[in-house]
Amino acid sequence: MKYMLLIYAASDQQSSCTVEDWIAHEKEMKDAGVLVSGHSLADLVTATTVQVGPDGKRAVTDGPFAETREVLGGYEIIDVPDLDAALEWAAKCPGSRDGGAVVVRPIAEF
Amino acid sequence: MNVEQVFREERGRLLATLVKRFGDLDLAEEVTSDAIEAALRHWPVDGVPDRPGAWLLTTARRKAVDRLRRDQVHAARLALLQVEVDRADPATTDALPDERLELFFTCAHPALPEEDRGALILRCLAGFTTPEVARAYLVPVTTMQQRIVRAKKKIREARIPFRVPDPHELPERLPGVLQAVYSIFTEGYAAQRADLAGEAIRLARILRALLPGEREVTGLLALMLLVHARRDARSELLEDQDRTLWDRDMIDEGSALAEAALTGGHGPYGVQAAINALHDEAPDFASTDWPQIAALYDVLNKLTPSPVIALNRAVAIAMRDGPSAGLALLDELAAEPRLRDYHPYRVARAGLLHRLGRAGEAAQAYREAIALAGTESERDFLRRRLTAIEGQP
Repeated sequence: MKYMLLIYAASDQQSSCTVEDWIAHEKEMKDAGVLVSGHSLADLVTATTVQVGPDGKRAVTDGPFAETREVLGGYEIIDVPDLDAALEWAAKCPGSRDGGAVVVRPIAEF
Repeated sequence: MNVEQVFREERGRLLATLVKRFGDLDLAEEVTSDAIEAALRHWPVDGVPDRPGAWLLTTARRKAVDRLRRDQVHAARLALLQVEVDRADPATTDALPDERLELFFTCAHPALPEEDRGALILRCLAGFTTPEVARAYLVPVTTMQQRIVRAKKKIREARIPFRVPDPHELPERLPGVLQAVYSIFTEGYAAQRADLAGEAIRLARILRALLPGEREVTGLLALMLLVHARRDARSELLEDQDRTLWDRDMIDEGSALAEAALTGGHGPYGVQAAINALHDEAPDFASTDWPQIAALYDVLNKLTPSPVIALNRAVAIAMRDGPSAGLALLDELAAEPRLRDYHPYRVARAGLLHRLGRAGEAAQAYREAIALAGTESERDFLRRRLTAIEGQP
């Protein structure tokens, strides 16, 4: 079963995790054979939002900007047997520390 | 025990076995009901089979296979299931394996809303129907239905597993299960339903049989027995209760379990059980072992700090060292937000003020308590106290 781990960083708190922590985490997931894909996202100021109205007109806006203190900073998709295993990987993710949070969402199966 | 009660006992065990087999709570619930219905139809006519549990399991599995054949969504699972059915003929085994512990941990999984965990346990392990669960939690049936459907959807779609946590995970996971069972007990007390409190005790007995080495399971069972032993006297405050109404057998059992729970270590349920054992064993309120109770509240407040525990500790110290010592501690707690609307805090203050001869202030504290009390019987009782004080010269 695939789960997406949405990694939120606390905008008001400096993370103590180093690049090495993230590299080690990614390696651990790869070695365990659970990592499907994962990326970290560029800074939020680079975000752009697109909406298409009922008239087909495209609206492009700068942002969104952080309205809450938690900002989506990256994601991982993992393939594991069940939620307990997914929660275990979420807890190992460096993004779950220092005021950050990892939201675990099952990928819908059709 | 009538037939319905027998099935209520068997139901949880059968359901757990089927969830384990099929990995699908909905399917398992449906075929458990089907099998029990079939038994109610056949057994009065054909007689009760030699191995009723095995009969129920075989019937439920056949019903599951039938359902999966009809249901295209589940069709992919059928091949797997067929192998299961062919491999082990349950008629050759005497007793069903007991897989209820897995079900306890699934129902009380931390990924489920806390308020739904007790409801799921009542439904899956106590054999309650949804309307019965709704009545237990004093919510409309449709509300409870939605909550249970939502919780089961999460179990299914987020794939909350059906497993007993590894030993290293137990310290993190067991308190959730115990809390859920205890919430059924306290809910029973809030709703003045002794049957519900009794059901929580029955669930704790099952849990203890499954996890005999876990002291906090024993502690929880002890605590509930020692509180429940006073059920027939509890329309009064502890100090005014008629102690001849207390259930001596239940006290004996609870005290022995409390001792076992505190041998070689301690957890919050065991400590609370010990406090209640001291109350239950005291011949009257005044000669209760207050120094010991105060010491146990100190331990409890270190394990799980809370203003309510601090309040109880203050009352015990008032009994040990006198009302002024207790009142000083209560006044220190005056700013606690959690105690502001908690009427037992006012009642405790009123009692100590009364003992100190400060009748006017005591009466005022009783009036505040009456305004905050949740039930009519509590208000009645407090009004009687107030009248008694105001009647004094």
